[in-house]
Amino acid sequence: MIPFTNFESRMIKLPINNVDTDQIIPARFLKTTSKLGLDKQLFNDWRQDPDFVLNRPESQGLQILLAGDNFGCGSSREHAPWALTQWGFRAVISTSFADIFKQNSLKNSLLPIVVPADVHAELFASDGPVKIDLPNQTLTTPSGREVHFEVDQFSKHCLVKGVDELGYILDQEANIAAYEASHPAPINALV
Amino acid sequence: MPRTIIEKLWDSHVVHESPGAPALLFIDLHLVHEVTSPQAFQGLRDRGLNARRPDLTIATADHSIPTTDRSLSIVDTIAANQLAQLETNCKDFGIRCLGVHSNLQGIVHVIGPELGLTQPGMTVVCGDSHTATHGAFGALAFGIGTSEVEQVLATQCLLQRKSQSFQVNVEGKLKPGVSAKDIILALIAKIGIGGGTGCVFEFTGSAIRALSMEERMTVCNMAIEGGARAGLIAPDETTFEYLKGRPHAPKGADWDAAVARWKQLPTDEGAVYDRSVSIDADALEPMITYGTNPGMGVSINASLPDPSQITDAMARDSITKALAYMGLEGGKPLVGHPIDVVFIGSCTNSRISDLRIAAGLLKGRKVSPKVRVMVVPGSQEVKRQAIAEGLPEIFRAAGCDYREPGCSMCIAMNGDQLSPGEYSVSTSNRNFEGRQGKGGRTFLASPLTAAASAITGVVTDVRTLL
Repeated sequence: MIPFTNFESRMIKLPINNVDTDQIIPARFLKTTSKLGLDKQLFNDWRQDPDFVLNRPESQGLQILLAGDNFGCGSSREHAPWALTQWGFRAVISTSFADIFKQNSLKNSLLPIVVPADVHAELFASDGPVKIDLPNQTLTTPSGREVHFEVDQFSKHCLVKGVDELGYILDQEANIAAYEASHPAPINALV
Repeated sequence: MPRTIIEKLWDSHVVHESPGAPALLFIDLHLVHEVTSPQAFQGLRDRGLNARRPDLTIATADHSIPTTDRSLSIVDTIAANQLAQLETNCKDFGIRCLGVHSNLQGIVHVIGPELGLTQPGMTVVCGDSHTATHGAFGALAFGIGTSEVEQVLATQCLLQRKSQSFQVNVEGKLKPGVSAKDIILALIAKIGIGGGTGCVFEFTGSAIRALSMEERMTVCNMAIEGGARAGLIAPDETTFEYLKGRPHAPKGADWDAAVARWKQLPTDEGAVYDRSVSIDADALEPMITYGTNPGMGVSINASLPDPSQITDAMARDSITKALAYMGLEGGKPLVGHPIDVVFIGSCTNSRISDLRIAAGLLKGRKVSPKVRVMVVPGSQEVKRQAIAEGLPEIFRAAGCDYREPGCSMCIAMNGDQLSPGEYSVSTSNRNFEGRQGKGGRTFLASPLTAAASAITGVVTDVRTLL
C-alpha cells in the first residue's frame, strides 16, 4: 500500500444522504475479475446526467468528496473504494459511514473522515481548498478553521506507513497455529 | 460477569489481542462466491500464498449465474468468464466449489444452512453483506470486503473491532398475513438504514422464538439494511431440530456434545446491551417500502410521507428525490398502485417455506396478465423439494415464470432485470435506485404481499385475499 501523505484539494459536493454502493458502482459492473478500470463506472447511472457534479469541468482532478450522512451503505463490494480511488479521490467527508465501506476504504488508502454536523454544514456552504493532515488528525476548512477528526490508531499507522494488514496478520502465525491446535474444527467442508 | 451471546461469540474467537491494534478473530466458516473473490485469489497468487483452511471454506456460484436452463451455454461472456474463474481458483487452491453444474449449487446464504455448515457458536464470513443471515443459528456472521476475503483465505483470521450490542426485542404474536419479513422491514423503518451502524443486533422475544429457522434467516438477513454488520438469534430447540441430520451437522456422541455446548450460548440473565429497541408484534401489519432505501417503509395501508411536512433540509431533499425517482406522490398510500413485475426469490425469501407460502396463495388462481412474475428458488435443494411438493406446477398454472436457482433479479447482474420505469414488488432486500435494473423501481415486501400483488396487478394488502 502507498503511504498516505498530507494533501490539499477543493471538494466535490454530493449533498445526498445514504449514498449506497449500488450508486457508487452499479452491480452490473461487478462481473469483472480485475480491480482496475472501475473509475469509468464510478456513479455510472448518475453520470448519465451531463450536469452531475462529477461531469463538471471544475470537478476534474479534485481529491475530496463531501457527502451526506451514512455514506457507502449497502453491499460489501470493495469495488466502491476501488472506483473512488481510481477516479482520484483520497478522502470522503461525511457525518457517518457504513461499517463495511469504511473498513474497505481504509484498506485502499481512501480516508473516511467523520465530522460533526456544524462542520459538515460549514463545508457544504464553503468553497476553496481543504487541507488534510492525517498524522495530526486535522482537517482545515477553506475559512482556515482547524478541525480534529478521529481515526483509530492502527488504521492510521497502516495508512501513514503504507503497511498492509495481511502482512501484519501473517506475522501472527504462532498465535494462529496455537488457536487452531486448541480449537478442533466443527466442520470439514471438503467432504 | 453476565455476558450477551455476542460477547460470548467474540470472546471464544479472539486469537490474539495486541495493544493499539484490533483483535485478531478466528473464522470458522468462509463462504466464497464468484463476484467478490477473483481479486482476492489473485492477491494470494501475487504473494505466493496458499489457502490456509480449505476445510473451513466453501464456494458456490450465485450472483452472476443465469437462471435459465443450465445445460445451455452462458450468453454473457463476462459473466461466463467470472464463473469459470471461480472454478479455476477453487481448483488451484483446493477449495470445494458447488459451481454452475453442481447439484448443491445455490445462493450462498441458502446453501450454508441447508448443508448444516452453519452452526451455533461459529464465526461466519463471506464477501457479501447479507452474511448476517447465518446469525439465525446463533453464529456471529458478517459481510466482508475483498481485501478481507484475501486475508481470511490466507490466514483464516480477520482484524476486528468489537461492535456494540443492540437488542431488538419483539414480543407478541404476528397476525395472519404478517410475517418475518414484516418484522425486519418494520425495524428498519423505525431505526433507519444507518440506525444500527457499529452494532450487532440480537433479536429476542416471544415473536422471534415462535419463528421457524427459515423465518429467522429472513429476519437476520436484513440486519445490514438496518446498518448493523450482523444480526443473530440465540439457538434453541428450533435450531437444533433444523440442524439435526443435515450433511455437515455433528453425528452421534458429537451431536450431543455440540448441543450441550450450544445451550451455553444464549445471553446470560442480567447481561447488559449497549442499546435496545422494542417492536410490538401484535400491532404489526404487512410492510412495504416506497422509496430508494430499505428504511423508507410503511404499513401497507399507511400514507407515504409528505416532503412538505419534513423540516430538515437534507432529509426532505432525500425523500423528495426518492419519490421523484419512484414516480410517487407523498401523502397517499401505496395500495392500489399498478405494478409490472413480481420477484419472489433472493437470500431473504427463496427458501422452501417462502415458496410454499406463495404457492399457497397462488394455487387455483391466476396472476394478473399485466404482471410478469418470476419465482426463483434459492438452491438446487430447494428446487428438488419444491418439485417433490408439486409447487412448480402451481406456479406455472398461475402464470409465473419458474426459474433456476441464483440471486437473479435481487441484484440484476445476470440479465434478470427491470426495464427503466418498471415497478416491481420484490421479496428481495434492496430498493436502491437501479438495484433491479437501471431505472427500475422496487417495492420491497413479504412473499405473501408479493403473491397477492401478482394476482391483482396492483400493490395489495394480502389480508383482503385470505
